Amino acid sequence: MFESRTLTPRLEELRRTIRGHAVEFGLDFFDVIFELVDYDEMNMIASYGGFPTRYPHWRFGMQFEELQKSYSYGLSKIYELVINNDPCYAYLMRANPEVDQKLVMAHVYGHSDFFKNNYWFSKTNRKMVDTMANHAVLVRRAIDRYGLDEVEQWIDVCLSLENLIDPHAPYFRESTKQSEESIEEQKFATHGTKFKTKPYMEGFVNPPEVLKREREQRIKALEKEERFPAKPQRDVLSFLVENAPLKRWQREILAVVRDEAYYFAPQAMTKIMNEGWASYWHSKIMTTRALDASEVIDYADHHSGTLGTRPGVINPYKIGIELFRDIEERWNTGRFGPEYDACDDYRARQRWDKKLGLGREKIFEVRKIYNDITFIDEFLTQDFCERAQLFTYKFDRHSGNYVIDSREFQEVKGKLLDSLANMGRPVILVDDANFKNRGELHLTHDYQGVPLKLDYARATLENLHKVWTRGVHLETQVDGKKKLLSFGGTRHEEKVLG
Amino acid sequence: MVRRVDPDSRRFRDIVRGKIRENLKHYISRGELIARQGKNSVSVPLPQIDIPNFRFGKTEQGGVGQGPGAEGTPLGGEAAEGGPEAGDQPGDHILEVDVSLAELAEILGEELELPRIEPKGTESIHTTKERYTGIHKSGPESLRHFKRTFKQALKRQIQTGHYDPDNPVIVPTRVDRRYRSWKTLSVPQSNAVIIYMMDVSGSMGNEQKEIVRIESFWLDTWLKSQYENIETRYIIHDAAARVVDAHTFFHIRESGGTKISSAYKLAKEVIEREFPPSEWNIYPFHFSDGDNWGGDDTSLCMNLLTEHLLPWSNIFCYGQVKSAYGSGQFIKDLREAFPSHERLILSEINSRDEILSSLKTFLGKGK
Repeated sequence: MFESRTLTPRLEELRRTIRGHAVEFGLDFFDVIFELVDYDEMNMIASYGGFPTRYPHWRFGMQFEELQKSYSYGLSKIYELVINNDPCYAYLMRANPEVDQKLVMAHVYGHSDFFKNNYWFSKTNRKMVDTMANHAVLVRRAIDRYGLDEVEQWIDVCLSLENLIDPHAPYFRESTKQSEESIEEQKFATHGTKFKTKPYMEGFVNPPEVLKREREQRIKALEKEERFPAKPQRDVLSFLVENAPLKRWQREILAVVRDEAYYFAPQAMTKIMNEGWASYWHSKIMTTRALDASEVIDYADHHSGTLGTRPGVINPYKIGIELFRDIEERWNTGRFGPEYDACDDYRARQRWDKKLGLGREKIFEVRKIYNDITFIDEFLTQDFCERAQLFTYKFDRHSGNYVIDSREFQEVKGKLLDSLANMGRPVILVDDANFKNRGELHLTHDYQGVPLKLDYARATLENLHKVWTRGVHLETQVDGKKKLLSFGGTRHEEKVLG
Repeated sequence: MVRRVDPDSRRFRDIVRGKIRENLKHYISRGELIARQGKNSVSVPLPQIDIPNFRFGKTEQGGVGQGPGAEGTPLGGEAAEGGPEAGDQPGDHILEVDVSLAELAEILGEELELPRIEPKGTESIHTTKERYTGIHKSGPESLRHFKRTFKQALKRQIQTGHYDPDNPVIVPTRVDRRYRSWKTLSVPQSNAVIIYMMDVSGSMGNEQKEIVRIESFWLDTWLKSQYENIETRYIIHDAAARVVDAHTFFHIRESGGTKISSAYKLAKEVIEREFPPSEWNIYPFHFSDGDNWGGDDTSLCMNLLTEHLLPWSNIFCYGQVKSAYGSGQFIKDLREAFPSHERLILSEINSRDEILSSLKTFLGKGK
């Protein structure tokens, strides 16, 4: 039943051609190893995030069932799967027609170029296939020793906190030393208030025992102020790995979950760019080089399928490819810079063409240094926003529907950036590990106008409690009021903060 | 072939089963699985299986979309139902898992610790089945086995030296043809019939009927898992009885008096006509609120039970549903007449919460 996964001679020939085109266009990628798989193998690989070996967990089984079901009902089909690794691994569906295989190959080379060159991927582990396999060994060993149930429950707990990372942490080093020192210094330097007086009056105006008492009080006050962590920390997971009272195997698994979360983070941070870039290149390679005349219709069908939109959902492939094309066009014609911005003659703007021809160069530069947020912030122009018919929507309580709210450029852009900030997840910081002076853990949700889903938040607090083992608290806003959600091990409490 | 995903899939199924077991009482008393029944499976909503994390409440969030439409235009169904970010983000949807009826029965059996049913009688009935397992050199063209035929032709051509690898054309001839052929297998079969009887007189309200409906769904599920071939008959009665289909059975509303004997008499006729007790395992279930019209009719019932229904049946179950109007007398009469009959099982169901224990009473004997 097991068919070889190596490419057929014909596909290998196609691969070589497509690769040649990609190189010719200046793409610079990791080697890509293509494997040929059936749909259930594809679904299986996809449910493990593309990796051949991962630690055992039921959620992979659940994902697999979902994929199988939606494939067999004809609701979805995985076209392309590629993982960020050196070399890249990519999968082709055995049953796909040749034109699809070509399209997927071209698309994959685009992704591989992006993985290799985009700054936000520069800190990712390029031997993740091996690392994941090591993680699997570590988890299996724990299972052998402590039993499946216990380890599995622990993994569930860790996954529940998986998104409490700081996606920007890998890109800078921050020292926390300084603030600690300064508190120590302050403690040392502090003394009671001395009043000015004549030397012979000193003992009476500034009695030494009073000064001593005052100094002690101030040190106490300083100690009270002194917090742990010294600064609120967004990488809650690393804080827990370092400071929670865990057994060794628990700590190791928590670190594994954190590692994998950091590995996947750049993909969430560059979804629009990455898909846009890959689509740009499959389109370029297919339409200018690789496409046979007999395949045009099928190609157009599938290409438009990937770029299709539905109301209420931003399709990253579509926004991405169109923004890249827009940038290329603007830098080819010189539609940027103060002169163009200052021009308010509609017709002049329409005809603006300085024949700079800088487009290609510019998009290569963009794919190198931007991520989705900076990409949208920099290149989403009002013109583009109108052409692409972007809008914001909101929930209308009256009708129980989502309705179109606004087409105002600034609003659309703001909302889009909001939804991309922190990969669309709430920002949560750990700011006190000795809350109420009882060793309890205090987190703060950096509230930006969108409240948390409360039942999930409570369930997550329960899991956090399993890690910290003492009381856990989350400060957030509910219905416009500042609230403290607490879980002490048996029941939930909720307190309105002034 | 063992696939890599199998252990994880199995683990997932186990968790699902565990969740269903945990919530079985809830599912049963709410009756929500009945509406979700497909042909061979039930789709079970499982609210708490996904892993919680800190996330935004979707309703308030809103978002950005793309497409035509003026301000205030509602978006299409997708966003309104599942939350805007269908696709790569886990949505708020409740996970629905398809569970086969056999599996559901197994879960029910585990939870209630039900014994497997031992079919009555030593001799079971044999039926024949055709299985296409063999290959023949002759047969009807519709059963021609293309792969084997070509293989045969290939073999022959290689043997005779007519095969050219550069031009691999294979031409099967008459002698190469292979056909699928069947074998007749004799398999033992166990047949069972469930006869539901229900009092539909005025005193049986909607709630009472709903209880019967839920109870019968689970009885069906269990008995179907125990027998290969199962038939169901529905009898309603007030002062007179008739055989109806399932839909009518659960939805009809009559008024008038109650003569239980009419139903028993009809059940007896149905069995005599269609289901000879020597070949069938017979399961009559009777639900009523316990009102019967006069002592004469009750004694008629007792006679029918003693002489026909009880000897014929594997078990005869009487479930008394509590209603505001019923006197609840009939179960007392039955208790008096048959102080301890091994085939008569009585159960009082006062509310939906008692369905589970009543199922256990009915099915706990393993007959």
